[in-house]
Amino acid sequence: MPPGELVSALQSDVAKDALVVTFETNLIALALILLLGTPTAYWAATRRSRLRDLVVTLIELPLVLPPAVAGIGLLAAFGRLGLLGGTLDALGIDVAFNKVAVVLAVTFVASPFYVRTAVSAFEALDPTLPAAARTLGAGPGGVFFRVALPLAAGGLGAGAALAFARGLGEFGATIMFAGSLQGVTQTLSLAIYEQFDLDFDVALAISAVLVATSAATLLSVKLVTRWRSTSSSPIPSVASSPLSS
Amino acid sequence: MALDLELTHSLRSFVAAVELSVGDGATFALVGPSGAGKTTVLRTISGLLAPDAGRIAVAGETWLDTGRHIDLPPERRRVGYLFQEYALFPHLDVIGNVRFGAASDVDVRALLERFRIAHLAGARVDALSGGERQRVALARALARDPAVLLLDEPLAALDTHTRAAVRSELREVLAGLRIPTVLVTHDFEDAAALADEVGVIVDGRILQVDTPAGLVAAPASPFVASFTGATLLHGTAAPGRDGLTEVSLDAGLTAWSTDPGEGRVALGIYPWEVSIAREMPADTAVNHVRAPIVSLVELGNRVRLRVGPLAAEVTAGSASRLGLREGEVVVASFKATAARLLPL
Repeated sequence: MPPGELVSALQSDVAKDALVVTFETNLIALALILLLGTPTAYWAATRRSRLRDLVVTLIELPLVLPPAVAGIGLLAAFGRLGLLGGTLDALGIDVAFNKVAVVLAVTFVASPFYVRTAVSAFEALDPTLPAAARTLGAGPGGVFFRVALPLAAGGLGAGAALAFARGLGEFGATIMFAGSLQGVTQTLSLAIYEQFDLDFDVALAISAVLVATSAATLLSVKLVTRWRSTSSSPIPSVASSPLSS
Repeated sequence: MALDLELTHSLRSFVAAVELSVGDGATFALVGPSGAGKTTVLRTISGLLAPDAGRIAVAGETWLDTGRHIDLPPERRRVGYLFQEYALFPHLDVIGNVRFGAASDVDVRALLERFRIAHLAGARVDALSGGERQRVALARALARDPAVLLLDEPLAALDTHTRAAVRSELREVLAGLRIPTVLVTHDFEDAAALADEVGVIVDGRILQVDTPAGLVAAPASPFVASFTGATLLHGTAAPGRDGLTEVSLDAGLTAWSTDPGEGRVALGIYPWEVSIAREMPADTAVNHVRAPIVSLVELGNRVRLRVGPLAAEVTAGSASRLGLREGEVVVASFKATAARLLPL
């Protein structure tokens, strides 16, 4: 397929809508993952307890769950008839089959990629550095923001990129929990699945976009890792982070 | 007293029980083998470790009193803590490190000048030499305007080359401070060079506290004697001629000491109190050992020898005048007043 046709296939409404939905939901999901995952990872990296192991196991669970099970799980938790459905309903939040559902599905599936990498980044810190910061007048919050966060930044960036790459391609949990409504919940992966029968060229063009985006993301991780490792900050190797999905 | 401390804390194989007081401007060294509980004391003072029980007061302020449930967090204790590997922040430059905990009224630039690191203000800390890293760490600790200074093995991270220079630098800095300093080291020589008072600690207990000279003059136990550099020879003591104590050494020799003693003893002799001669000297020393030189090591202007069971230290000048060489038979002598008897 010549590049000209590829570009024109991307001009279709289906492709444009899917691009918007995908990046919108994924950026929100990434923000959620960073905001919730960073403190959780720091907490897990600085504790040794049963509770810690339990929390880490729960966070890692989506890595090994079949996507269909993840979708059912999300429906059971947040769906209209789910555990939290009544509460959300009362708050006026409708979750199933809209963008909120896509964000939830992506967050659920992609967060372990970030949290695991973040935990090892925080664990790689020399423990005397936070101790030194304490003796220099920094409270626990000061230690986090002035020492742990800047020193782990490289690892956190690598984890965020992995989570983002994983979220972009999210399919199973999204189609079960959010459905595939064009312009609302239809992400790039879902659009490929739909267009596969309708217009193969569009499916191919969208696939090319995903390949390029994923490759660019992974490449940027490598570059960041190399750049940071020439500085003295500890960086967990990206190869040791979970890549199975 | 500016620092008063009392602590009890269970460690892996023993219970540390330490009590010490350090005055303003004074330096107290805790010396002992690794794993003796030295760092535990520093971590307790700084608040990084909560002991099983204890009390710490600095400059009249109570930092810890387990009986009254007082335990200030580290950030509220005004300590300057120099960590063993210095623990400089790698993501900050030199001035960023020094500024990290600086008190508002401290002129950081002036501090950098004082520690001769002003020209390194913007340098990355991993580009610094060992001596420079130590100066940065010390400046950082003092920038906090601490009420007590804690030094954990301040010279251990340095190679022997820079060690002597940094030691005398540190000595000058400590001499200019008006706060109590607690120093921890496994090296008695470092402690003797830097501290006014030295406590020898083993398995969590302080065996003896004295000035460095006092410890050497009257070690209270065989451990203290050997730790401060004495050679220990075991034997059996009994009253002997001229009011001296006669010690039949296990090595087969007999020695005399002015110290009283009976039964099993350790005889402690410091190397600098042993003199070396080619022939049996007609001097006031009553103890003589005729034996070959086992080893001979030059240490700057001194030479350290092993003659039979004894260690001796003589000036390099005397050694070359006598033409001492390994394998040659010489006479090592020490006076009965230099033979310290320590009950076993």
